Amino acid sequence: MKSQMRLKGLIYKEFLQIWRDPSSLAIAFVLPVFLLLLFGYGVSLDAKHVPIGWVIEKPTASTSSFSNAFAHSDYFESTFFADMEDAEFALQARKINAIIHLREDFSRQLFKPQPAAIQIIVDGVDANTARLISGYIQGTWSQWLNQKAELRGTPLQQPVIADHRIWYNSAVLSKDYLIPGLIAVIMTLIGALLTALVFAREWERGTMESLLATPISTQEILLGKLIPYYLLGMGGLLLSIAMAVFLFQVPLRGSFWVLLFTGSLFLFVALGMGLLISIVAKNQFVAGQIAIIITFLPAFIMSGFIFDISSMPEAIQGLTYLIGARYFVAILQTVFLTGNVWAVILPNSLALLVMALIFFTLAARKAPRRLE
Amino acid sequence: MPPVNDKTLTLHSVSKSFVSGRAITHAVKNVTFSIKPGHITALVGPDGAGKTTLLRLAAGLLLPDSGTVSVFSLDSDKQSEQIRHLIGYMPQRFGLYEDLSVIENLNLYADLHQLAEKDRQQRFIQLTKMSGLSPFNNRLAGQLSGGMKQKLGLACTLLSQPRLLLLDEPSVGVDPLSRRELWRIIEQQMEQNGMTVLMSTAYMDEAERCSEVILMDAGECLQKNTPDFFKHKMLGLCFAARADKQSNRQLQLYLSQQDEFIDAIIQGDDVHVVMQQGATLENIAGIQFESIEPRLEDAFIALLKSRYKSAVQAPAALAQAGASIVTEDIIQVDRVDRWFGQFQAVKALSFTVKRGEIFGLLGANGAGKTTTFRMLCGLLPVSNGQLSVAGIDLRTAAAKARARIGYMSQKFSLYSHLSVRQNLVFFSSAYGLRNSRQQQRVKWALQFYELEPYSDTNSGDLPLGYKQRLAMACALMHEPEILFLDEPTSGVDPLARREFWMRTNQLAATGVTVLVTTHFMEEAEYCDRLIIMVEGDILTMGTPAEIKRQAQSENRQEPTMEDAFIHLVTQQAQQ
Repeated sequence: MKSQMRLKGLIYKEFLQIWRDPSSLAIAFVLPVFLLLLFGYGVSLDAKHVPIGWVIEKPTASTSSFSNAFAHSDYFESTFFADMEDAEFALQARKINAIIHLREDFSRQLFKPQPAAIQIIVDGVDANTARLISGYIQGTWSQWLNQKAELRGTPLQQPVIADHRIWYNSAVLSKDYLIPGLIAVIMTLIGALLTALVFAREWERGTMESLLATPISTQEILLGKLIPYYLLGMGGLLLSIAMAVFLFQVPLRGSFWVLLFTGSLFLFVALGMGLLISIVAKNQFVAGQIAIIITFLPAFIMSGFIFDISSMPEAIQGLTYLIGARYFVAILQTVFLTGNVWAVILPNSLALLVMALIFFTLAARKAPRRLE
Repeated sequence: MPPVNDKTLTLHSVSKSFVSGRAITHAVKNVTFSIKPGHITALVGPDGAGKTTLLRLAAGLLLPDSGTVSVFSLDSDKQSEQIRHLIGYMPQRFGLYEDLSVIENLNLYADLHQLAEKDRQQRFIQLTKMSGLSPFNNRLAGQLSGGMKQKLGLACTLLSQPRLLLLDEPSVGVDPLSRRELWRIIEQQMEQNGMTVLMSTAYMDEAERCSEVILMDAGECLQKNTPDFFKHKMLGLCFAARADKQSNRQLQLYLSQQDEFIDAIIQGDDVHVVMQQGATLENIAGIQFESIEPRLEDAFIALLKSRYKSAVQAPAALAQAGASIVTEDIIQVDRVDRWFGQFQAVKALSFTVKRGEIFGLLGANGAGKTTTFRMLCGLLPVSNGQLSVAGIDLRTAAAKARARIGYMSQKFSLYSHLSVRQNLVFFSSAYGLRNSRQQQRVKWALQFYELEPYSDTNSGDLPLGYKQRLAMACALMHEPEILFLDEPTSGVDPLARREFWMRTNQLAATGVTVLVTTHFMEEAEYCDRLIIMVEGDILTMGTPAEIKRQAQSENRQEPTMEDAFIHLVTQQAQQ
């Protein structure tokens, strides 16, 4: 009973401090909302409304039918140029991302055994977008050819027709997989960075020395930090889920409770890291630097949140196993977009549990009861 | 409740050292003592003597490398849990939560000490009333003045009614009024609860009020006895000296160069000297000596100086300067105001400083001393009024004036990863010194401030007293006419303080004007003239003797500067 009074006092104090300190509030609430808005509205890995230039040397019914196929697509904005010189100039000026060049023999060659080639020039400065654009153009081109062939009653000679469909995220919207992954980043921010900072602040301002001289136990000091930031982190999780589902219309196909449970597990990993950092770093600057380098940046870059892990060099792939966010991002993306796939959820949860246990054991063992 | 007995605090051959990199510091060496229950014991000694380490050992925050520390017969290693219920420890920088209000801080510490809800209110009222904090219950601790913060820290420590109170320099940076209140609170608690107190302090007058004094130096416990015992040893060795033809400063300089005297400082209208044990007072023409009551500080200085024979020697190089100084006004301040938003930090300040004067700005934290200083150095523009330094109007040519002044900030702005010599070279080139002139100044600084043995040491690794010397040397590289010193001696022990003032006096004698801020009231004695500031206003201005005379009364024939300060502040408050 009595030690509850101490713990209660510490937790109350922590909430007062969070509420009164603008920098804590910023990390706990403003930054998550900002990141969600940025990734929800601002950052998109999709190619949409890509400006392309047309150079049609001899307009015919076929050429206009072909260019119309593009006009009806969401992906492109067409501009027409009189000759290649103008188009190339526009490409250089980055006014357009690609040129589609139809020669004067386009219509004539169209249904010859060797179909007329069209020339596609893509601005390759942004390699990712370039690949997307050339893929889209080729897709549209072969679709149009098929339609033409069917109309003439002579199906196009193609050995295999690939009928591909995209599952789970059929609209291929990047926000639908970025936003679930972002939740892992936000919880790292609250669990590891904020916890490490506020602990270091206690050392820096000399409040830790006063605390240690009172009849308080190590567990109480640790719990006094863990409980408030656990609650804060779960608040961040709920906020992120709410914004994802209601504001950005990301489908939540799996169970909300699975998210909450695995979110708790991941938060323990983040808090454990935050506590460990705070034991090493006793001033806020160092604590902040370490937290950003070993928790926040890896969660951003190496968790599979933006960059696909399987396309990383093997050595780096091996490193990602050490990063808690990797497991949580896999769970998040699966639960949001696919559903409760236990084959993904269980092994990843187990990995999180093991990491959390390791970090907590280390933190509890290393936690100070004295000044050295 | 663990047992409470007479063995309040006992240390038995306790040693403690710290390792940082390759260097080992022996902070406490084989210390054995116990303190008297129900009394106050003072822990005094120069910086780095090991006082803080000793208090932390007593609080169980550090464990000894060897030996035992026991509190009420409980071992600090094995029974630390029980000990924590019996002690109150207030670190030097008391860890108040600055973003919590007064009452929230009290509540937190009440929770930590598991104070029952029903006792709590009564205890809060008692403590806040006693410390004068009641009107500020809902103010954030960060917005309290230095003295208030310290009182709140003490109140938090006293909440649990500790049996043993450990205080680490509780009155550093606290104005005299708050200092008196701190003492009153402690003494009241002792009467009510029979509490025992161990406190470290840099103030000798504070140590003099304690039942026993422990003198520490370089990790060793030199002596432990009553203040009277220490003073008794100095009987017949302390004199007030006065000369007809010499100024007090010349007299002090002369006397401090004589082998018979250990110490000579200016005290009011006289020079206070301490004679070497066994020496006899010879008649020196033109100087009258009057035997006076020894103070604890005299014993302290005598004991420490006997350990460091050669450390503090007045360089004899100084010529008979000081006579030919023209008395022109080098600094003129005329009705200067300074506003920060709605807050007026300095109110219609007017004073003048003469060339070669040592001019003091005294006052509590937040009185406007640092703001005034920054305006005088051209670091901060004035809101209203006229300000000229060395004949240059700071409103129009601040940069030009800055070339003729030296400034030493409170925090000793040194590059901690550069050696002493590298710091000197850097600062001299920043002031535009080159080649042989630069070499000559660096050599002068190393000699005058006795920094030669440390010339290749990184400034971050220097003891505090040496850092302060180096900072001062850096401010003097370009031979400024005016030197601004902002709290140069805060946290510096009496021995290092003496050295500092000795050198400053020498500078003043060569015609350098020195402006200094301090909250050590006793240091006002070193100034030729001073002003005492309260809330941006001048409370009083004059020579130390003139100011002290204002507080003279029937039952206080010889008031100290601190008495005068308190007298004037309370008098003003009454009006």
